[in-house]
Amino acid sequence: MSRNGVGPMVRRRRILKVGAGIGALQFTAPFIIQARGEQPVKIGFIDPITGSLSALAVSEVEGAKWTVEQMNKKGGILGRPVELLVEDSANDTGTGVQKAHKLIERDKVDVIMGDVNSGIAYAIMGVTSEKKVLHIVPGGHTDPITGKDCKWNTFRTCNTTAMDAAAVTGELVKKFGKKWFFITPDYAYGKTLQENFVKNLKKAGGTYEGDMLPIANTDFSATLIKAKAYKPDVLLNNMGGAAQLNCMKQFVQFGMAKEMALGGALYEIETLRSVPKEALTGWWVMEWWWNQPNVPAVKQFVDAISPALGGKKPSARHWFSYVSINAVRLAAEKAKSLEAVKMAHALSDLELPPEIALSPNKIRYRGGDHQLMSDLFVGQVQPAGPGGPDDLFKVESVVPGEQAAGSAEATGCKISWPA
Amino acid sequence: MSTVTTRADATVVRPWQQLVVIWALLLTAPFWLPLVGGYTAVAARVLVMALAAMGLNLLLGYTGVLSFGHAAYFGLGAYGAGLTLKYVAHSTPLAIVAGTLLGGIAGMLFGLLLVRRRGVYFAMVTIAFGQVCFYIAYKWDDFTGGYDGLRGFVRAPLDFGLFTIDITNNGMLFYYFVVVVFGLAVGLQALILRSPFGRTMLAIRENERRARFLGLPVEKHIWISFSISCFFTALAGTLYALLNNFADPLGLNYIMSGNIVMIAVMGGMRTFWGPLVGAVLFVLLQDYVSSMTTNWMSFVGLVFVLVVLFFPRGLMGVLQRKPSA
Amino acid sequence: MLQLVLFNLTNGLIVGAFYVLMALGLSMIINLSNVVNFAHGNFLAIGGYIAFVLTPFIGFWGALLVSPLLTAIMGYVIEKLIIRHVYTRNHIYSLLLTFGLSFILQDVCRYIWGPSPLPLNIPADMSAAVTPDLFFITWYRVFMVAVVIVAVAGLFAFLRYTRVGMRIRAGTLDLDTVSALGVNVSALRSYNFAVGSFLAGLAGVLAAGQLGLNPNMGDDLIMPSFIAVIVGGVGSLTGTLLGGLLIGVASALTTVFYPSAADAVIYVIMALVLLIRPRGLLGEEGMLQ
Repeated sequence: MSRNGVGPMVRRRRILKVGAGIGALQFTAPFIIQARGEQPVKIGFIDPITGSLSALAVSEVEGAKWTVEQMNKKGGILGRPVELLVEDSANDTGTGVQKAHKLIERDKVDVIMGDVNSGIAYAIMGVTSEKKVLHIVPGGHTDPITGKDCKWNTFRTCNTTAMDAAAVTGELVKKFGKKWFFITPDYAYGKTLQENFVKNLKKAGGTYEGDMLPIANTDFSATLIKAKAYKPDVLLNNMGGAAQLNCMKQFVQFGMAKEMALGGALYEIETLRSVPKEALTGWWVMEWWWNQPNVPAVKQFVDAISPALGGKKPSARHWFSYVSINAVRLAAEKAKSLEAVKMAHALSDLELPPEIALSPNKIRYRGGDHQLMSDLFVGQVQPAGPGGPDDLFKVESVVPGEQAAGSAEATGCKISWPA
Repeated sequence: MSTVTTRADATVVRPWQQLVVIWALLLTAPFWLPLVGGYTAVAARVLVMALAAMGLNLLLGYTGVLSFGHAAYFGLGAYGAGLTLKYVAHSTPLAIVAGTLLGGIAGMLFGLLLVRRRGVYFAMVTIAFGQVCFYIAYKWDDFTGGYDGLRGFVRAPLDFGLFTIDITNNGMLFYYFVVVVFGLAVGLQALILRSPFGRTMLAIRENERRARFLGLPVEKHIWISFSISCFFTALAGTLYALLNNFADPLGLNYIMSGNIVMIAVMGGMRTFWGPLVGAVLFVLLQDYVSSMTTNWMSFVGLVFVLVVLFFPRGLMGVLQRKPSA
Repeated sequence: MLQLVLFNLTNGLIVGAFYVLMALGLSMIINLSNVVNFAHGNFLAIGGYIAFVLTPFIGFWGALLVSPLLTAIMGYVIEKLIIRHVYTRNHIYSLLLTFGLSFILQDVCRYIWGPSPLPLNIPADMSAAVTPDLFFITWYRVFMVAVVIVAVAGLFAFLRYTRVGMRIRAGTLDLDTVSALGVNVSALRSYNFAVGSFLAGLAGVLAAGQLGLNPNMGDDLIMPSFIAVIVGGVGSLTGTLLGGLLIGVASALTTVFYPSAADAVIYVIMALVLLIRPRGLLGEEGMLQ
């Protein structure tokens, strides 16, 4: 299931309708492709469909499949059908790297996408840069991917932690105060995130304390006891996934919501959906949000994709895939080629049209570091509002990506192109 | 005793046809693999896993002692190689030596604490030690890269003074490099198994009590066998790091240990080439099934259950039992 | 500072009590059947998911009773169908078998209930704090500890006073003799496995009420329980009890001083125990060696 060539499937159906008479000869899709001389554009997508990040990965894959299906209806890329090859990295680096080799060497894909897990995304970058294949990272957040370890062939759709932190800090300081307590997962992502928060907080003249906790921590009482004693204005919950949820739940259960504000960088609607109603509180960043009344294209997109998601609203993860695959199309069309170097040049600083960007401001993959300068939606988590069960977030302000990211030079990225 | 040794001899020496077939297939793999839907990197992975499982099999199949924590030595090998390349010197051979030593010596030390334990308790303690290594790699952020894994190193070209072989950006050359290392390692294993020490290992496997009564220092032999086994598995780990240009903590996790044991069992743990056959089956199964269905875990799990229930001797074990084969 | 330490000590006992529940089931199966059940964490997850399914119909309290029973029945069936075939074989097979089983069960959970985390609703008043001073102790946590105490007391009474229980204990010490005395060892192991699964199911419901559900939830909980067994000593359930509490407290106290090592400290304890007293705190020399 996961790895069906969406393209050929769609096409096969059409052809069977048209040419029922010669249907007996058409055993397989590949036969048809060769006969008609249309080599599909192959996009290989590696994501942790099993393992602890699977909820996010499944959303990304759903988004990618839907996007490819739609794209094929409209003529694909450069008039060629698009084929999506999905591979499970199982949240394991060795497997992810192996799958990258498989997609590039055996399946000869034109583009690689992935992985939600930044560590694996990194490792795959090693393969794609060695093989000179265009690589889009839809949803792995660690900064150096578009920072000091950036590569000419790698583009990232989701934000950096620096962007997330910068976007929400101002709002929290303004509304609640400058004394903060951090609860941060003890690994590269958490550490960079906290550093970025601290940098911004110090600029505002704030003070802080905090605990680094194991990544899959389940019990937060010890740290919450400390936090309570510190009496901060804001408690920053930087954990991810189930840990983020449990931290939030315990925070509310312990009655701390009355004493301090809760906030953090990133929240995924996939996690938010399983937060109990009473614990839905706090200030966060959404990297994309489905409810943007002022942007007409968003509603069209949401209405079109929702049926494919069983009526759910698309998440930022669906949008990442949508943007990433459309970026491939735009780059190919601008470059009139599927060569990685040409596409990468074309994609640099290419402004995304409104029906792809689906954001209030104009966004582009910045040429200096290949990071998408997407808008950041800062706001409050809320119990389901009038917009249905997925109306769990109220956007309070939109921060333009460029403003949150700072200059490309400051990220430490120096892109060196192949000769 | 005598029947035991001849059986071992048979598996190592007798079927020279077997040797020819295996090596012919391995040496020509990059040429025929694409024709059957394979790719060179998967062949390299098969060899790496096979070497890890053959290392384990010295202990499991030939000494009859069960370790369920060999991922620790595999992973330490990988980290040893990666750390060497990253911090010490840009040299592939040095990385391999350092990684093998790191994993092997860790195994020797743990082995000292292990040898008096037996059966399921031995297995439990090996898992526990494996998890300790896993946690060290996982926690020691600044040095090992922690959860994200160790990156920032690439395998170096092989420098032979007069000429260099660039295995850095060439999957096929790297594959042949792995084949050479694999060949040397299994050759060494065959020598060990044919030595008097190898016979002693078999004696312990067949009847530990009798071996003890014969005056053999059983604990010492198990320890040596455990240590040798760890060195080979660590060597495989170094190749794994070079293959991926990456080392990550999951390589040390008990799930990896389980996979290594499964490879040995699936292929046939009482046969010399069993783990290689097991690695082919296991890696291909995982690779292809996980491309076809998101429920590949059920398939892999089911294969585990079926192999245990119906083919405990593994594929090679089944084949070799037939008198005509 | 002292207050903080005392708080965390209490907290550690609460967390430890949970490890105990899970580790006791694991330990019973190891003791009598010599099988390390890698799938124990998945039994826990399934117990939680069953409760999730049942709660809308019979409420949390009903699910708390029924779900562990269903998990026990599942354990019984799996033991009868699959696991009992490997008792007479090399330990490697039982390890691989439960290892494979854990893959299947995790995948089944993901297939049925999806990859996203799900909440298990508990009665609303239970998530409130007991007193404003002890704000970190919610009624649910008190309740969890109470359930663990009842379950552990019940288990020890079962092992001490019932016929099956006495046979299980005797079998742990000397299975050959028990068998020679005419006890049906095969049935005994099945019952024992069912009891172990019951405890996993119960732990699953309690964990789900506190932490919610996800298909991987067993993975994070299996290793601490495993370590509780090793630290306490294989063959001794009292040892497992002690081991579970010890690692719970140790990890809570570590959080006070060096929070990021809260999960690593249990491995340090295990390494120390293995170095100084290889059979575990209350393990008997010669047992399973």
